[in-house]
Amino acid sequence: MIGTLAGLFSGLFGVGGGTVMVPLLVLWLAYDERPATGTSLAAIIAIASFAAAIQALYGNVKVVDGLLVGIPGMAGVMAGTWLQQRVPSHAIAYLFALVLVATAVELVLQ
Amino acid sequence: MIVGAILVGVLGGAIAGLLGVGGGVVFVPGMVLFLGLDQHHAVATSLLAIIPVAILGTFRQDRYGNVERRDAVRLGALSVGGAAAGVALANALPGSTLRDLFAAFMVFVAVRLVRDTRRS
Repeated sequence: MIGTLAGLFSGLFGVGGGTVMVPLLVLWLAYDERPATGTSLAAIIAIASFAAAIQALYGNVKVVDGLLVGIPGMAGVMAGTWLQQRVPSHAIAYLFALVLVATAVELVLQ
Repeated sequence: MIVGAILVGVLGGAIAGLLGVGGGVVFVPGMVLFLGLDQHHAVATSLLAIIPVAILGTFRQDRYGNVERRDAVRLGALSVGGAAAGVALANALPGSTLRDLFAAFMVFVAVRLVRDTRRS
């Protein structure tokens, strides 16, 4: 059930599905937050690979753009986890939530 | 263009590492607003970009013993049907509808982020 829902979100929105998986693992399978995040990340490798392969069959995947974003993304994750130990993540969470809403408005008005 | 792509990647990855949200919620709008991809191409291309980020994140989490491998494999295997349905739905929707749905999804992520942060 969780896998199917995560797959649906992932395929529809081009995201990993962690937003759906992490809370459901905590609520339904009594996971703690950290193992839920780690296990969801591992599942995302498979989910994103399936969804990307199917999208590639539709001819929608821009391989060069994907690699140009994804490979620097690895450096970003390293920096993000390093920063997490050193800056108050509360402030960042609120700021990012604000950026998300502003970007959503920008997307719709565009 | 290349600089924009690298910036979107580093920012999305950093947010993923910092806040534990997937990179996709940054990658998709970043690709639309800065790389000029349309919504359908951005949604598809974001999936490819997520793979290396998730692989690296999993390695790091696994070292801390936070990966339940059996459940992860099960979740991944069970997602195939959902992923196929999601991709078919995304490609059946007009770009403007997909974009509005995605914007709603971003607001949902923002609300959840604020709620989780207040709770902790």
